[in-house]
Amino acid sequence: MTTALLEPRQKVEAAQVYVPRADIYESGDQLVVLADMPGVRQESIDITIEQNILTIYGKVEEPQLDGYNLVYSEYGVGDYRRVFTLSNEIDKDGIQATIKNGVLKLLLPKSKASLPRKISVTSCD
Amino acid sequence: MLLQKLSDPDVFGSFNELQKIQSQLNRLLTAASKRSTGEFPPANVWTNESGAVVRCEMPGINAADLEITVVNDTLTIKGEKCQSETDGQNCLRQERGWGRFTRSLQLPFAVDPDKVSAGYSNGILQLTLPRAEADKPRRISVSEV
Repeated sequence: MTTALLEPRQKVEAAQVYVPRADIYESGDQLVVLADMPGVRQESIDITIEQNILTIYGKVEEPQLDGYNLVYSEYGVGDYRRVFTLSNEIDKDGIQATIKNGVLKLLLPKSKASLPRKISVTSCD
Repeated sequence: MLLQKLSDPDVFGSFNELQKIQSQLNRLLTAASKRSTGEFPPANVWTNESGAVVRCEMPGINAADLEITVVNDTLTIKGEKCQSETDGQNCLRQERGWGRFTRSLQLPFAVDPDKVSAGYSNGILQLTLPRAEADKPRRISVSEV
């Protein structure tokens, strides 16, 4: 029997994981989340919802520079991960995500039940 | 005496322990070597004998608005990070910065400005700056007199 089977399985993550900066704003009947994730491509982003927990995970694969030496560094390269807790007001099936120029945009529509409703009054004379 | 110590399994146990400490120290030191200056955009610079590569993290920029100039050994990047659409909306959280920026970097050698190339993808700007011919080291042959 191989020992590999006995070892606990874990998700392989990069050595460094950063929390992306995010803006959140309310626009009409939806919430919008913008997150800065430079270096993340469309196909390497992973968004999951488990109960009320929304997790965004962006994998960064920086192309290596052969024959060059890193001489000065101001930022580290690593994956991005951030967790948000959604309220019950969000329609979890209607969430949409797009990424452009390293900025992830999440559209979180509010559920119909939580939108304000107008109640019309009828007279009963 | 030494042999006896080496054959003792505990010796290797503590050696592994030392290795663990070393790798932890290495990680700490790499983190400390990142000189975050707080300037935008943060840059990483690679060099070799024939040129340099500069990468800058600048998500959400319109590449057409970037103004990149090279004078001798100084690279200047100018641009604007637009205020996100949060303007005028009911903003709940704002962490991302915005505004005009100018960043100058001095490279260790003069650059040939005609051969500089730049590419912007996924929020990362990559500049390739070949070293100026005149600046490259030349070997001088010595002739016997």
